[in-house]
Amino acid sequence: MTPLLQVQDISKGFPGVQALTGVALEVRAGECHALLGENGAGKSTLLKILAGAHRPDTGTITFDGRPVEIARPADAQALGIVTIYQEFNLLPNLTIAENVFVGREPTRGPFVDWRKLNQQAREVTRRIGLDMDPRRLVKDLSVAEQQMVEIAKALSMEAKLVIMDEPTAALSETEVERLFRIIADLKAHGIAVVFVTHRLDEVMRACDRVTVLRDGKLVGSAEVKDIRVDDIIRMMVGREVELHGRGGRVAHRGATVLEVQGLTRMGDANDPHAVRVRDVSLTAHAGEILGIGGLIGAGRTELARAIFGADPIDSGKVLVEGQEVAIATPQDAIRHGIGLVPEDRKQQALFLSLAIRPNLSMAALDGLTERLGFVSGSRERALVERYRQKLSIRMASQEQPVGNLSGGNQQKVVLARWLALNPKVLIVDEPTRGIDIAAKNEVHHLLFELAEAGIAVIVISSEMPELLRLADRIVTMREGRVTGELMRDQATEESLMHLFTHNQTAA
Amino acid sequence: MASATQTGETRNGGIDLFGLLATYAPLIFLLVLMGIFAWLEPRFLLPLNLVNVMRQVSIYGLLALGMTFVILTAGIDLSIGAIVAFAGLAAAAVAKGGLENRFAAGADASALGYGWPLAMLVAILFGTFAGALQGFAITRLKVPPFVVTLGGMSAFRGAALLMAGGGPISGFDPGYTWWGQGYLFTLPLIGRIPVPVVVFLLFAVLAHIVLSYTRYGRHVYGVGGNPEAARLSGLNVRGITMSVYVIMGFMAGLSGFILSARLNSAEAVAGMGYELIVIASVVIGGTSLFGGIGTIFGTVIGTILIGVLQNGLVLNNVSPYVQQIIIGLIIVLAVAFDTFAKSRRRRA
Repeated sequence: MTPLLQVQDISKGFPGVQALTGVALEVRAGECHALLGENGAGKSTLLKILAGAHRPDTGTITFDGRPVEIARPADAQALGIVTIYQEFNLLPNLTIAENVFVGREPTRGPFVDWRKLNQQAREVTRRIGLDMDPRRLVKDLSVAEQQMVEIAKALSMEAKLVIMDEPTAALSETEVERLFRIIADLKAHGIAVVFVTHRLDEVMRACDRVTVLRDGKLVGSAEVKDIRVDDIIRMMVGREVELHGRGGRVAHRGATVLEVQGLTRMGDANDPHAVRVRDVSLTAHAGEILGIGGLIGAGRTELARAIFGADPIDSGKVLVEGQEVAIATPQDAIRHGIGLVPEDRKQQALFLSLAIRPNLSMAALDGLTERLGFVSGSRERALVERYRQKLSIRMASQEQPVGNLSGGNQQKVVLARWLALNPKVLIVDEPTRGIDIAAKNEVHHLLFELAEAGIAVIVISSEMPELLRLADRIVTMREGRVTGELMRDQATEESLMHLFTHNQTAA
Repeated sequence: MASATQTGETRNGGIDLFGLLATYAPLIFLLVLMGIFAWLEPRFLLPLNLVNVMRQVSIYGLLALGMTFVILTAGIDLSIGAIVAFAGLAAAAVAKGGLENRFAAGADASALGYGWPLAMLVAILFGTFAGALQGFAITRLKVPPFVVTLGGMSAFRGAALLMAGGGPISGFDPGYTWWGQGYLFTLPLIGRIPVPVVVFLLFAVLAHIVLSYTRYGRHVYGVGGNPEAARLSGLNVRGITMSVYVIMGFMAGLSGFILSARLNSAEAVAGMGYELIVIASVVIGGTSLFGGIGTIFGTVIGTILIGVLQNGLVLNNVSPYVQQIIIGLIIVLAVAFDTFAKSRRRRA
């Protein structure tokens, strides 16, 4: 039997990254196929190519036995490939029926035939078990119901292949069950489903085959009945860790500097995609690098922002050096000696319109200010010069626009901004995102030095090798909760991936 | 006047022509424009005319200084023309001894009044209060500055109309009118220097010092350049944002007083359309509407440029209607240049 979809030798590069290299994917009619991989493995890029949102640099796509070209989203739809994104593509102020048939409304003359529209919508939503008045507004539906509207839309377009990007991420247990029944029904009608998820137990239950990507390359495909979760995890992480540990440096774990107790942040209750933090407790010690690991959406960044006072919390306590402190704003956190290097350098840390000097000194101006609020130019320049040397920031002059620096040097400027405040706790979210290998190494060594100088360093990283290299101890998170804690010598990529994707503690 | 915001150096430390151009474009444009007008009409370069240009722009200039703070935070204030009228009427009413006596005239009129110091103080207080009110709506009620000050534009104009009650308030004592019509000292070759010009230049120096050398100024650039990064760096983003509208209100109040002194009259329709000319001056001077970039030096140049343009066109008998068209075009071109520069920064 020829496969429904055959993707061969697909490559796609973006400026600075090769997202996919020679990837293949084969999907059979009527199967549920899981597409798996770590953060950044290339899953999203592949999905977007199938949806017509990206065009591949090389490679061929065969659909239904014919070679096809998917240049635009409309091409994918015409073929019967429908993609359901995590953030749905629905128009919230329109009704269920209008959404299902958007752009394809039945008409009578120049007018929409409302009766026919609602009747047809009712038929197709009933088929998947959404028994609801099709005239209801989509914005009043739950996430699960909105997802069903998306699936109904796919059915009404006579989809042959439905691609779902993390469809279960925002669903409750019972809603997931219902989704699986719908998928089974789609399969029974010969419709193939490609399913991206981080939850491997779901893969084992709902899917027939898996394809695993790693670093933009194909690792392999397998029948689900032939493999175990451990095999999948090995396929997902399987690379050698080139760099491990502090290269002979020994961590001297000092006193507890930061203690977080039962921190909870539910975020916007109406936002189905809000990443939550649930009852998180942890401690960070002077001289130690604490790693926080987890997949995208696990709540790591949200935890960091909540500790730092960047987002309000619902409950929980933060203690600095044993004293409970009230942190409502970043100013409070800074006063108590906590710093945060945020994950998105350009959006959250840098002042791209300003030069290096004001960028570096921005948080430390209080200490540089003399009478009448004047900033001491000489002390400021001396400060910048000190950190230029200490962090070997490569720059032509202090007055150079910060945007002209390389990513690694920009990151050093942001780190220096915090070091100038002599923090007790420094939280670094994605310390080396988007910077090259050499600079990455420098930043890693810098973090080691900071820990040695007695700062409690907390590192959040989506890259497991980085986490394993930097952290003396790793706390893992999944869906806003802490799922485990490993010392560095216990941690491996496999054991971490278990904790990232399962609830129970694996050792 | 190298600022913290625009420098001419590249990654390699070489000279970035585009950066230099962005910094000095307003000055070059001003000199070119003056050259053209001098060639078309030699009288343009007479010291008397140039001093006259400066006096004409000094009220716009005071407002533009405040507007620079506002636009540096990526905000806007459309209400300044209305506040100028409102504050001018308040000062005039005080000078006349209260609203009841506001239309009094003749020899005994000044006997009823309170004198210029109180009039000036009241104008500044009214303006500052109006700015604080709008700053509150922007930072606490989270209404976008454009909408708040568009509302303010209407509301303060209405308040001015109410206060005026139909007619202008005119005829102040010489101490009052000195602030708009007087001369402070005489410079060789140039001649007598009008008071408003001196006030404008003094405040320009003060504003430059605040923006370039104080922590507060640095925070204004930070909040404008990237409010999220500013917040995460521990800056009081709300307080800074509030303060720029207060500063703007202060300048509008002072300008309202000086305008009424210059015209020896305050009326409800004073300051009409000032917001456009002032915003144009600031933007032409290189301050980015996206926030975080701009200098007082640029604003002073931009203000003079607009004044020179108006004066030169008048001397060459160009219709005031055409002037409006030209100013409109220049604003759009200045912003187009700014947008282009921003996309270049993003790619850097």
